[in-house]
Amino acid sequence: MKVSYYPGCSLEGIALDYAASIAGVAPLVNVELMELEEWNCCGATAAHSISHALALDLPARNLDLAQRAGRDLVAPCALCYNRLKVAEKARGGLKDIKVWDLLEFMTQDSYLGALSKKMVQPLKDLKAVGYYGCLMARPPAVTNKKDYENPQNLENLLKVLGATPLDWSFKTDCCGAGLAVARPDIIDTLVQRLYERALAAGAECFVVSCQMCQANLDLTQERISKKFGNNFYLPVFYFTELMGLALGHPQVKDWLARHLVDPIPLLKKKGLI
Amino acid sequence: MNDGAPPISNIRPAYALPERLRQYHLQVSACYQCRKCSGGCPLTFAMDLLPDRVIRLALLGQEDLVLNCRTIWVCSSCETCTTRCSNGIDIAAVMDWLKEEALKRGLTTPQPEVAAFQRLFLDNIRAGGGRLSETRLLGNFTLFKLRRGFNFKEHWANAKLGYQLFKRGRLKLQGGPKLKAEARREVENIFNRSGFKS
Repeated sequence: MKVSYYPGCSLEGIALDYAASIAGVAPLVNVELMELEEWNCCGATAAHSISHALALDLPARNLDLAQRAGRDLVAPCALCYNRLKVAEKARGGLKDIKVWDLLEFMTQDSYLGALSKKMVQPLKDLKAVGYYGCLMARPPAVTNKKDYENPQNLENLLKVLGATPLDWSFKTDCCGAGLAVARPDIIDTLVQRLYERALAAGAECFVVSCQMCQANLDLTQERISKKFGNNFYLPVFYFTELMGLALGHPQVKDWLARHLVDPIPLLKKKGLI
Repeated sequence: MNDGAPPISNIRPAYALPERLRQYHLQVSACYQCRKCSGGCPLTFAMDLLPDRVIRLALLGQEDLVLNCRTIWVCSSCETCTTRCSNGIDIAAVMDWLKEEALKRGLTTPQPEVAAFQRLFLDNIRAGGGRLSETRLLGNFTLFKLRRGFNFKEHWANAKLGYQLFKRGRLKLQGGPKLKAEARREVENIFNRSGFKS
């Protein structure tokens, strides 16, 4: 199936691993991602914080492009997705096309069904908590999600991949996202809490669908370990990386090599790599 | 932490602020003070006024208090308050509106780092012709921090992290592909229309 694809700025930069794993697994589930030509930045937190006009008009231009392309629009970044949805609501809806977040799109029943038939290596015994963060789900008036307090997409996917998704109460709690650069101390407090709660649930790793969540959980782990005197080891996988691993994609190791918290020891212990 | 509420006897209600918010569909008068917003907010530890206080003080027209508070700048826009508000107030949008208004009035923000980061972010999109270069943004923000003072520990830690990312190809010296002239013009028009000033 062909869809328009809006990667967003960070997938050209800090989230290169996410971008590569998406490009790697999409063809395995017969999704053809057609990058929206000449897309622009959605304005992110900066725009909605200090310029209401930019916060609506920057994403609106991308909606015009998608409307012209005539295909559903898929965004991997939670914030891009959210801003596109806000702009969609502001113009009273879109004609004939729909805006999806990548996780929601890839975990439709038909794809999960197809996925289960293509499994090469079930992720046996891998105990993971799904971490959705804020903006894929909230606010429901913008996202139209029904299970915004307790989404299940990651858990459903992990089950199909043969992993063990664990229940926990912090899957949509905030990691601090946009404050990471200006107020890193705030990130430390929020993310340390997530580490503790994930460990308490028995998790060995996080599975995420948002590159801001990934960055805040992965890049800070050493710093937070030192600050709180606790040697955290919790690799942070993109769901697409685990799909690649389970489907036997040859480049999984290259994607994982870009993480700061090295997931290889965990995967070796589980006999998955 | 106290809940940031000034003694109620000192407050003289004014009507201009709630009326202006109402024009933006931010109906703070709908608040019946259930305080679910503050109960669910993950950032309260960094705030001076709890979110329900901001809404209450906005309803009472206390512009000085709500436009100068730290709360609006450390709000991470996680949308939990907006999602759970029993009366459908878009509380996170109220926080945004207050930030923009504070800057328009030229007030000194209690969180200059956050305000500078947001401004540099938008400058960066504009200068890059429509897309953000993370590397350039981090460079500009580091310069902003250096002008305010040199903290060896902090800058050394950032440099080490930057190197780790660079080594892994996640921090690029070259930005992504550039937009074509036509698209760049369209983005520049959006900026011109918006009235955003760097």
